[in-house]
Amino acid sequence: MTEVRNYTVNFGPQHPAAHGVLRLILELNGEVIEKADPHIGLLHRGTEKLAESKPYNQSIGYMDRLDYISMMANEHGYVLAIEKLLGITPPIRAQYIRVLFDEITRILNHLFWLGAHALDLGAMTVFLYAFREREDLLDCYEAVSGARMHATYYRPGGVYRDLPETMPQYKSSRWHDEKDTAKRNANRMGSLLDFIEDFTNRFPQYVADYETLLTDNRIWKQRTVGIGVVSKERALQLGFTGPMLRGSGVAWDLRKKQPYEVYGELEFDIPIGKTGDTYDRYLVRMEEMRQSNRIIKQCVDWLRKNSGPVMVENYKIAPPKREAMKGEMEGLIHHFKLFTEGYCLPEGEVYAAVEAPKGEFGIYLISDGANKPYRLKIRPPAFVHLSALDEMSRGHMLADVVAIIGTQDIVFGEVDR
Amino acid sequence: MLEREQFLQQLHNHFPSRILKSCVKKQETTLVLSKEHLISVSLELRDLPSFAFEMLIDLAGVDYLTYGHTEWETETSTATGFSRGVNGSENPKDLSQKFPARFAVVTHLLSLIHNRRLRLKVFLSDGESVPSLVPVWASANWFEREAFDLFGIGFEGHPDLRRILTDYGFLGHPLRKDFPLIGKVEARYDEGEARVVTRPVSITPRVTVPRVIRRNLETTDNTHD
Repeated sequence: MTEVRNYTVNFGPQHPAAHGVLRLILELNGEVIEKADPHIGLLHRGTEKLAESKPYNQSIGYMDRLDYISMMANEHGYVLAIEKLLGITPPIRAQYIRVLFDEITRILNHLFWLGAHALDLGAMTVFLYAFREREDLLDCYEAVSGARMHATYYRPGGVYRDLPETMPQYKSSRWHDEKDTAKRNANRMGSLLDFIEDFTNRFPQYVADYETLLTDNRIWKQRTVGIGVVSKERALQLGFTGPMLRGSGVAWDLRKKQPYEVYGELEFDIPIGKTGDTYDRYLVRMEEMRQSNRIIKQCVDWLRKNSGPVMVENYKIAPPKREAMKGEMEGLIHHFKLFTEGYCLPEGEVYAAVEAPKGEFGIYLISDGANKPYRLKIRPPAFVHLSALDEMSRGHMLADVVAIIGTQDIVFGEVDR
Repeated sequence: MLEREQFLQQLHNHFPSRILKSCVKKQETTLVLSKEHLISVSLELRDLPSFAFEMLIDLAGVDYLTYGHTEWETETSTATGFSRGVNGSENPKDLSQKFPARFAVVTHLLSLIHNRRLRLKVFLSDGESVPSLVPVWASANWFEREAFDLFGIGFEGHPDLRRILTDYGFLGHPLRKDFPLIGKVEARYDEGEARVVTRPVSITPRVTVPRVIRRNLETTDNTHD
């Protein structure tokens, strides 16, 4: 009679399906998960500690590096907290630009999630398609901020600058002749808004294409239906937010329930799931991409018709115009003070949250009146979701853990901070 | 505004003796509780339909050791000249008399039904511990591990209180205000021993932008209250 024992598998931290640096200690009974113990912190950079030693504006760049798939959504949470404590509201045009880029970011995030999730479960094609579309959206990031990923575009009091009138264009090379280049540049001849509008017209067809590949696909359904089921009650207990909560049938979205910026004036729907399994969360995210596309369209329309400032005219918070800095004493002083010492926030504490693509991204900020945060607590959605991995994967097969990690849409930049 | 005042009144009526302090600032309601009453108040906040805080959104540790401490005095500097050689806060003075104790555990709750948020605060001194909120809200689990790891705050009754974010074998609690930004040890690969060895840090901490406190922006303070 041989003794039957569970055995322990070390999954990651260098496993391609571990989405970065997740180290998972799995206790298996045959192929069935008895216990999953995630070891995180391999990407811990001490963002919260670093922020305490820097003036407020210098930490915006760190926010990009939290959830590095949805960069601007993190910046948004951070600048909202500062604005709430300062008691300022950005100009309306800046609010529309923020919403526009929040939704571009949501599509960016969901495309990455879709590609990686499908690839984990064996569907290679979707990944390639999703990354083709991401390229266009990253070009929008680049056009507006100069960086494809870590934009540092949102600033307390507005956004760094107005939308550009031209799009960067491809140049012909050894690999792309004149004719080919002209074709690639066809939708880049106008402004950034023209380019985005062209994208929104193309995008619904792309989503339909992904759905053709996956939604009724037999293998896809076998891998996702009934996997990682979370009931409504458990989802609330476990602190789920975003698509994870909506997949379990709770209609909760901060954009609707606690609207920030101009979300209250825009039309969009909130999709919810029924069963709370991986397949439902997939459907929810697919529909969210369509809704984001709708919001982007409305923002583009508004931004075309209305112009105005994109930054508050308070030189204690926002830098003065370049000409003023070069030509006027006051402007020079303001510029110098802002970029060396920064600005001081009034004493107090606030919690500000945005509906990031992964869920509620919150910033709890305590200021003692200084030019640096006294304490900055980041509430990352993926951290909470990953903490439920043990509960979600118990009783499932080893291969399903990959599906559950995929459906949680975790990014280690924000889990580990 | 009025709605929040009413809500605060409702809380005071329901927990007449269990709230140490409360306030509504920046449209946010805060309750300060003692650790003895934390669990009983939390359970009622979760289960009573008039409160219905189904979700624990966030739990954070706070260290108030150097609250209000600056590295550069702005009032006297014109008479004596500026000094750019700013000393780091290696031995910070304890300026936390404003607060009942050095540490605080801050919890953010969310009620989906009433669309309302609430902040709970429990103060505690070094070495003290608070009861764990995991039995009330399961999402507190990793947040409490994090607060334990980064601040050294203990949580009684936590099912699995281990370090979470720092390295295996890490010493100290990095988010405490007396923990230096550059850390205490540095690691390098040792050829002779053929392994990674750690030793005390060889660089000195340096402050590039001094911490100052100015009150010139507080005039804009009223719009969000």
